[in-house]
Amino acid sequence: MSAVEDVVTEAPAVEAVPKRAMTLGTGTSVVVLLLLLVVPVFAKNFVIFQLTQLLYLGLAVLALNILTGGSGQFSLGQSAFYGIGAYITAVMMEQFNVPYFLCLPVAGVLCFGVGFLFGQPALRLSGVYLALATFALATAMPQLLKLNFLEPWTGGVQGLVVTKPDAPFGLKMSQDMWLYYFTLVVVLAIYIFSVNLLRSRSGRAFMAIRDNEIAASAMGVNVALYKTLAFGVSAGITGVAGGLSAIAVQFVAPDSFTITLSIQLFLGMVVGGVGWLPGSIVGAAFIIFVPNIAEGISKGLSGAVFGVLLFLVIYLVPHGARQVAILGQQFAGRLRRN
Amino acid sequence: MELFTNQVLAGIATGAIYACMALAVVMIYQAIDHLNFAQGEMAMFSTFVSWQLMQWGVPYWGAFVITLAFAFVGGIVIERVLFKPLAKAPILTNVAGFIALFSIINSSAGLIWDFTIKQYPTPFGSSPFLGSQLISTHQAGMIGVTVLLLIGLFFFFQYTRIGLAMRAAASLPESARLVGINTSWMIALGWGMASAIGAIAGMLIAPVVFLEPNMMGGVLLYGFAAAVLGGLTSPFGAVVGGFLVGIFENLAGTYIPGVGNELKLPIALALIISVLVVKPAGLFGRHIVKRV
Repeated sequence: MSAVEDVVTEAPAVEAVPKRAMTLGTGTSVVVLLLLLVVPVFAKNFVIFQLTQLLYLGLAVLALNILTGGSGQFSLGQSAFYGIGAYITAVMMEQFNVPYFLCLPVAGVLCFGVGFLFGQPALRLSGVYLALATFALATAMPQLLKLNFLEPWTGGVQGLVVTKPDAPFGLKMSQDMWLYYFTLVVVLAIYIFSVNLLRSRSGRAFMAIRDNEIAASAMGVNVALYKTLAFGVSAGITGVAGGLSAIAVQFVAPDSFTITLSIQLFLGMVVGGVGWLPGSIVGAAFIIFVPNIAEGISKGLSGAVFGVLLFLVIYLVPHGARQVAILGQQFAGRLRRN
Repeated sequence: MELFTNQVLAGIATGAIYACMALAVVMIYQAIDHLNFAQGEMAMFSTFVSWQLMQWGVPYWGAFVITLAFAFVGGIVIERVLFKPLAKAPILTNVAGFIALFSIINSSAGLIWDFTIKQYPTPFGSSPFLGSQLISTHQAGMIGVTVLLLIGLFFFFQYTRIGLAMRAAASLPESARLVGINTSWMIALGWGMASAIGAIAGMLIAPVVFLEPNMMGGVLLYGFAAAVLGGLTSPFGAVVGGFLVGIFENLAGTYIPGVGNELKLPIALALIISVLVVKPAGLFGRHIVKRV
């Protein structure tokens, strides 16, 4: 209220991750990839479906990680982009008979556009204010999807049923398994793209903005452009993840894309380690499986158990899975030396 | 014109609730620089405690005072036990902590008092206020309590030593520590007060929305919106923001075609985003300059 302007030094929202530490080492990557390739062959269809879920939710967490871990911006509106991606895919597949693999890039590009445009007004906001603006977007989305004049395409409150694609080229594979490998290819491609993006000139610009916006702009980084770009890329990837989810779940409805989904993705990012890309999958596993475990421990108190587990994670390993990975590495190093 | 006046009056009445919640949000924001996502659940839990006391035969105002004491101590305990260790952690970790707390309180309340909807008494009665059809005595009482609360807080912060110490600790922690203020306990005190204000909001709202574990979800959202609209650094702004959001929400629902009840919330939030784009610190907030 006073006319005097206070000068404060503020800690950054996100702790910096060294660029090299953003990914797994080559050896570990190969092992993880082999596991991802082999496990489904021996698994039941339901487990394969859960693994697919793990992959596309991991992709959505990865998208948030690029935004927050990369450019230091904070979004609770990811569920909106996820929902738009899912709806674009579902509407194109069901109403216009477009093949599913063509829907995903369209969903990605359109969500990139929406994210980029939303980034424009969001530019002026930061911290809690940005959180609130994105929060508003997330709360508004289910209502917008229910709008009457969109109903001929979206099916209104009822939602849309999506047909599951068969394996192509006469491959002897169940639909679930084919969808798993398809998802794996998409996720891997985007993962490699993200790693390269963060290591590129643009990625360094993101990180400069994250660490100190004013200094970055003094060094000649176009802050406005790169902030909106980060929003766009993150929204685009989230849109693809949403599209994959629509195909895998075979159903879209407005109420699947509420703020709860945004909060889950956010928790996934924190648990996986902000700015550590492989952590996205670990975070996704946390949000898929931990509620089930909590239910197993106590039915009535599952929410409380979930909360306690979450507190344990942030007390014991505040940097999430990344910290566990670093500890593991140090331990392995010590073993080798002895 | 009569429709307009009526809608504004009804908006002021609901706005009073948002204003109370926004006050609680601002109290914690001042103390620790974070939005407390579990604020609504803390208020809900306190309201349940007061209901339980009344079930055991304690009269309304007795239960009111005991609940305030409970909420105050509870807020301090939560800060000491759960959030003090996170004081130096990044913002994101704190938000995760708030979500965890939300989940724990919501689930425990559900287990203790289950999810059925309960009636909650009002001390003001629910007859029409001064012959007006739109605003009941309870709503008038809500507005009155909010205004009293605001005046009380004003005097507390302006004219008491401890209020001054809390302000000092919130604006310049290092300097406050140098002159001998225990900043760590000032933060705990802020939590306690926010929790008590939240409890008042909860007990005022419960007769309107009924008592159940999820009753505060929507209210907290509007409380955030009001606080941000008024400026997170100004308790006065939070109250004005609360009334504005209440009025705007009602008017938009009445006059903008196609909005109705379904799109009220998105419209209210769209208004807030527009205000923030023009005035990023909110209507009454301080503009903060960062040092490189």
